[in-house]
Amino acid sequence: MIINHPLLGPRDASEFSYLGDAALMQRPDPKSETAAQDFYAYQYLRQNPPGELRELWFHEQGDRSYLVVTRNITTHEITQVELARDMALAQKTGSGL
Amino acid sequence: MGYSAFRIFKEALSGHKGWKPVWRKAEPKPRYDIIIIGGGGHGLAAAHYLASKFEQKRVAVLEKGWIGGGNVGRNTTIIRSNYMLNGNEAFYEFSLKLWEGLEQDVNYNAMVSQRGIINLYHSDGQRDAYVRRGNAMKLHGADAVLLDQQGVRDQYPFLNFENARFPIQGGLWQPRAGTVRHDAVAWGYAHAADKSGVDIIENCEVTGFQITNGHCTGVTTTRGDISAQKVGVAVAGNSSRVMAMAGMRLPMESHVLQAFVSEGLKPVLPGVITYGAGHFYVSQSDKGGLVFGGDIDGYNSYAQRGNLPVVEDVCEGGMSIMPMIGKSRLLRMWGGIMDMSMDGSPIIDKTHIEGLYFNGGWCYGGFKATPASGYSFAHLLATGTPHATATAYRMDRFSKGLMIDEKGQGAQPNLH
Repeated sequence: MIINHPLLGPRDASEFSYLGDAALMQRPDPKSETAAQDFYAYQYLRQNPPGELRELWFHEQGDRSYLVVTRNITTHEITQVELARDMALAQKTGSGL
Repeated sequence: MGYSAFRIFKEALSGHKGWKPVWRKAEPKPRYDIIIIGGGGHGLAAAHYLASKFEQKRVAVLEKGWIGGGNVGRNTTIIRSNYMLNGNEAFYEFSLKLWEGLEQDVNYNAMVSQRGIINLYHSDGQRDAYVRRGNAMKLHGADAVLLDQQGVRDQYPFLNFENARFPIQGGLWQPRAGTVRHDAVAWGYAHAADKSGVDIIENCEVTGFQITNGHCTGVTTTRGDISAQKVGVAVAGNSSRVMAMAGMRLPMESHVLQAFVSEGLKPVLPGVITYGAGHFYVSQSDKGGLVFGGDIDGYNSYAQRGNLPVVEDVCEGGMSIMPMIGKSRLLRMWGGIMDMSMDGSPIIDKTHIEGLYFNGGWCYGGFKATPASGYSFAHLLATGTPHATATAYRMDRFSKGLMIDEKGQGAQPNLH
């Protein structure tokens, strides 16, 4: 698979470490009443759907940036690659995803 | 009429006109006592044991395609019980015992061949870990022999013993381990289950569960609604997808694992070898092909095919311990979809929905577990209590901190 890095252009997927569902970027609130249950679900439970999935890839053997890759996991086709940092910042400022 | 040498002789005299299909094509009935979703090894085994050992009369297996088209037909055919942890070893040893009597039990030749497995070790630390594992196996009634380098040389003189980085110091040998003709496992269980009255319904995809007031009362399928007192799900690879129809999220991800066959060679490998310093396991099929595999690709996948980096990695592992395979060519490869659970161990348990039972999360290890998985699932479905060897495979073990992390990798499904 070739991941089209937003800064470095097309890179082989073997340069990356795979970190799973990008939903994991949103950590539960540790101060919440239900924190124990929320962290259990965060750590262990997965939606794991077939078809399109947004997932985190870490460019370990490159510029060490985290990417959010939108990939169809039934066909391995990659349709979108974004910097996770941009997305996290956008979320923080409330401009939405 | 059963299968036997006498039968072959008899059919030969009558022009082989008396052979019947191995199982009949059943039509779905509106109602069963127990429905198993998934006509793979585990589902068919569960149906066989339900009918033969637990005297369940009205059992059906629903399969969306043809039986045995999933991982029971897409593996490296190895059976073994060389585990260490308490929750695992008794279960896999039970499975190996069932393998030993399988062909007589189902009256079908599955070519169970106890040719032995050797896990190679390459350092003193690894040897000590294997000593501990071997002792754990023996405590559970399994067989284990620690071999030094000469012991391995006696069986496999052609291995790369003098590898500078990972010299082979010896191995942990389980003589009772071996290989089985994988497809025949599905066919054999189907044959036996069918004979004891189980309806095996192919091309019947489950599209939803009928759940009222927390009770599962049946399923909707592409061939109509079918009601049942109990529904068991054994659809490894698609577990998350099927259980999502019951509103559940599971502690697992689907990953692709590739396996490979070389061109046919003369007999060279008497048993199974696993590389201790890389992930590579190999045996030789009766047709002569070297059957080998390695790691999962490492990212979520529902595609029954993998990518090239893992092909390269596995072949490098093979070249590292068995340089002579460099002369043979890779004939074909395929991928199967694994339920990679969060601790690398399976789940055989009730769900919070009354009447709905789950079997899955087999990671790499589903094939060798087939008989015990089927037996334990049948036990759970018929009696409502887990089988004595499968008490640790609870659905809620992650929330209670009771993980069975054989590899010690933590909650990282792509590392197990």
